[in-house]
Amino acid sequence: MFGTLSYNKQKNIIIVSFLLIPLILLGTFTYYPAIKLIYYSFTNWDGYSPEKPWVGLANYREVFSTPDIFLVFKHNFAYFVMGIIQNIVAIYFAVVLNSKLRGKNAFRIMLFLPYIMNGVAVAFMFGYVFDTTNGSLNMLLNSIGLSGLSETSWLGTEGLVNYSLASIGFWRFMGYNMVIYIASLQAIPRDIYEAAKIDGAGTFQTLWRITLPNMKAVIQLNLFLTVTGALEVFDLPFVLTKGGPAGASQTYVMRVVDTAFAYNNYGLASAMSIILLFFVVFVLLIQQLVLNRGGDK
Amino acid sequence: MAHTKFRFIDFIKYFSLLIGVFVVLFPPYVVIVNAFKSTDEFNATSSTALPKSFLNFDNFVAVFERGGLLSGFGNVLFIIIITLTLNILFGTMVAYVLGRFSFKMKPMVFGAYLVATIIPSITTQVATFGIIKDLGLYNTLGAPIVLYIGADVIQIILYMQFIRNIPFDLDENAMVEGASLFKIYRSIIFPLLTPATATLVILKTIGIYNDMYIPYLYMPKQSLGVVTTVLMRFQGVNSGEWNLICAAILIILLPTVILYIFLQRYIFEGVTSGAVK
Repeated sequence: MFGTLSYNKQKNIIIVSFLLIPLILLGTFTYYPAIKLIYYSFTNWDGYSPEKPWVGLANYREVFSTPDIFLVFKHNFAYFVMGIIQNIVAIYFAVVLNSKLRGKNAFRIMLFLPYIMNGVAVAFMFGYVFDTTNGSLNMLLNSIGLSGLSETSWLGTEGLVNYSLASIGFWRFMGYNMVIYIASLQAIPRDIYEAAKIDGAGTFQTLWRITLPNMKAVIQLNLFLTVTGALEVFDLPFVLTKGGPAGASQTYVMRVVDTAFAYNNYGLASAMSIILLFFVVFVLLIQQLVLNRGGDK
Repeated sequence: MAHTKFRFIDFIKYFSLLIGVFVVLFPPYVVIVNAFKSTDEFNATSSTALPKSFLNFDNFVAVFERGGLLSGFGNVLFIIIITLTLNILFGTMVAYVLGRFSFKMKPMVFGAYLVATIIPSITTQVATFGIIKDLGLYNTLGAPIVLYIGADVIQIILYMQFIRNIPFDLDENAMVEGASLFKIYRSIIFPLLTPATATLVILKTIGIYNDMYIPYLYMPKQSLGVVTTVLMRFQGVNSGEWNLICAAILIILLPTVILYIFLQRYIFEGVTSGAVK
């Protein structure tokens, strides 16, 4: 029946019917919430009342005039720092594993392993590793002679907790970055290296002048993921410290979630979400700008 | 001279790799050894010491009895099967339309998928929550399913790359034989996308299995726990009993690790093809 229609008609039917449900899903669960979020951000809706009183820009004014809200980004900063280190280590291991080396496949499999592990299980695993009295990290430090450090409360010290948590992220995602960097290294044509060798370039010169410039696009993608990942951290502190001690590990998204679901202030939470969205877009634009300006590749 | 210098670089390489492997394996090692210790043994021994016996499964039994872990596995498996069936169907359909036909709205459809990736879904949940409630899906297995089934842009790009490599001659030959476009999708395109589908199934299975936020937010009901939320509850109730928690962690880590060991080729392919292009 369907097969007897002309291919042109079939084409139109297929386009509409194949896209209908997927686009409805995309609209309902991605774009509609985003639009609703913008609307909520101009109200002081409590999350359950039928009326959503319009308050104009009051929520945005509140966000920008409450230093407390922006100060939590200080906690997110730790994730950014660790993320940068994570990328540098990942590039290092990618370069190492892309060279002639015995057993490099086994090393790659090992280093990528944490990425596929369950995040909550990993968080609790580190909860145990970082534990002050029973923790195996302190035990390890003690046994290698660093007993001065072995009394450290990794998750209970204000200045330290975010770095401890961020290092769990490092542990989980370094291998992921590394595998992506390895793929981008393998895409660099061999003959460039041969030519460089003939011209007498040393190992570090080759790395600096050929390898890294050729990885630029992928490095930028990973940096974008690092920055937005740092802005959007939620699960590690949520599972492990609940934002403690005394709010020292609360992140911006945790604050948004609390504002909405614990304090029923959906309006303010929505405004905070929109501001986060602007930050993400801002980071993306800056990167695009840098990418296009230095766009010799 | 050059020879010894080369050796030194090799030494640095292996040394750093071994440090990396040690850092990766140390936390799981600690969890493994302690999962097999009885409470007395746990209190008496160092946390890095081996257990008396690796045949002491008491902790694992206790976890299954107390934790509701079986229903957690059941729920997450159900979600994964339903989600992936629909997700693969929708994903291939969208990619077929975008990969084989040209039409006016095509750039817009693709753009809609692309732009969707920069909206941080973690914060739009404030609004999504209301939609899920209005649909009557709150505290049902339907909530995570509808939130997971939508295709993402990486999936669509991956499929479109595969479709581009399927010669159009195959479509044309089928048309000469009078096959409908639907039949072409079903008996030519869909089967030829199997390698990409395999990769996606594995990656998405791991992704859903590991997700905490959506089940936590939308299925607080005790009987609807998935592995992550069951583990969180279990830790809350038994906090401090680290040997039990270690056993629970181990049980939950094991499935994805096994999947990874056997199917790593697909996983690496999926991770790199998604990101490098």
